Amino acid sequence: MSVAALKEVEVDYPRRGRALGPFSLTLAPGEIIALVGPSGCGKSTAMRLLAGLEAPSRGEVVRTPGRGETAVVFQAPTLAPWLSARANAALPLELAGVRGEAAAKRADAALARVGLAGAETSRPAQLSGGMAMRVSLARALVTEPKLLLLDEPFAALDEITRRALADDVLQLWSASKPAIVFVTHNVEEAVYMASRVVVMTPGPGRLAGEVAVTGPAPRPHGFRATAEFRATAERVSDLLAQACGR
Amino acid sequence: MRGIVEKAAPVAFTALLLAAWEIACRAMHVPAYFLPPPSAVGRALVDNFPTLAQAAWRTFSVALVALVIASIAAQLTAVLISLHPLLDRAVRPLASVIQVTPVVAIAPLVLIWSGIDHPERAIVTLAVLVAFFPIFSGAVTGLRAADPDLERLFDLYGASRPQRVFRLRLPSAVPFLLEGHKVAAGLAVIGAVVAEFGAGSGGVRGLAWQILDAGNKLQTDRMIAALAVLGVMGVGFHAILEAIERVGLRWWRGR
Repeated sequence: MSVAALKEVEVDYPRRGRALGPFSLTLAPGEIIALVGPSGCGKSTAMRLLAGLEAPSRGEVVRTPGRGETAVVFQAPTLAPWLSARANAALPLELAGVRGEAAAKRADAALARVGLAGAETSRPAQLSGGMAMRVSLARALVTEPKLLLLDEPFAALDEITRRALADDVLQLWSASKPAIVFVTHNVEEAVYMASRVVVMTPGPGRLAGEVAVTGPAPRPHGFRATAEFRATAERVSDLLAQACGR
Repeated sequence: MRGIVEKAAPVAFTALLLAAWEIACRAMHVPAYFLPPPSAVGRALVDNFPTLAQAAWRTFSVALVALVIASIAAQLTAVLISLHPLLDRAVRPLASVIQVTPVVAIAPLVLIWSGIDHPERAIVTLAVLVAFFPIFSGAVTGLRAADPDLERLFDLYGASRPQRVFRLRLPSAVPFLLEGHKVAAGLAVIGAVVAEFGAGSGGVRGLAWQILDAGNKLQTDRMIAALAVLGVMGVGFHAILEAIERVGLRWWRGR
């Protein structure tokens, strides 16, 4: 059984030509997959296919079509500046027709899960970059999705914040175990968060190789310093270097 | 200290100009019907104040009513054409035609249509035509200015068209709408005055009529007094709209 799958998909854009593929990826329930690859390899395109925001030129996308089954977190927090944190987090519910009071209650719960209890009435402009990203996470989690897509979610944050958020995402994952696909440029981050790292070739992206990551999740303290972590990160780096022809 | 100097600068400059004007008029014995000194204008302003204030209120209320009507019409049109690209293609050229047609050129026609007994309707209509475009074009731009990732999010959660318009596009357009209303307010006053000139007769006794009437009687001091009132009114109206824009933007941004 899979949560979602890409089967030999290819995406061609007018003028720009082939952006992705042929590329295949199958997601098991509860699996965390990191997509790693050079810029322009079609990682974000693969995400949009999985989200159903785009259709492939060839090949097949298998996904659960229900509203709120799939959630996306973008590179920027992408919050509505005119809405409070609560209203931002409640947006997916309200679009699905959940009544105001019930939606607000569930939004507050989602905000509490990401550690933002007490910030419900704050506006995005009053929050730090890391807090805004947490609101974005709360909005994604509020519908209890089976598939969570993270498109370079920590790219704009400083090192300390991104490490803290990586741990938090794993902690949140362990509660409801959605399948997660996340895109990153950072090899260490990929190995730290994922149970499987998928390396892609330069665009149009194909599969360059896969590396399974063993170890407990959420990661114990000092996981980055273990020999196993270092060795796995090296394997991913080597695959990436090979894929880029160096 | 610096703040005081900066605030006093325009006042001092105006006072200097008025003093030069006064001295020049007296020294060169300029006839009062040609250019009265500011002291005479001041006296005309005080003597005619009740009439001028009433006229200013008439012009101002026309501009205000026109702004409200233009605001509703422009935003409705913009939302409607944002629902379908074909509507957009159909309506936009016409809106541009309205924008580039000088209001004085349409005035005689609108005056005929509104009927001889209702020049005030014509004046409001003309002011609406002038105030319509900045709000309309702000709304059209603003409705397209929503964050593309937020648009994707609305796609992802299967938002309906009304949800997309009222929960995403209209709120995203707020800064553009505020700016549009500010520009439109100034234009509504100009439109009202120009239309009054077009109407010519004393059907609507606003500030333009005061200027015309005083001009016909060669009361130059009263003409300039009416102009001064018009200027103060325009600046005041603009300042109010600017304050609304500032408060509105602060609310919208959340800080």
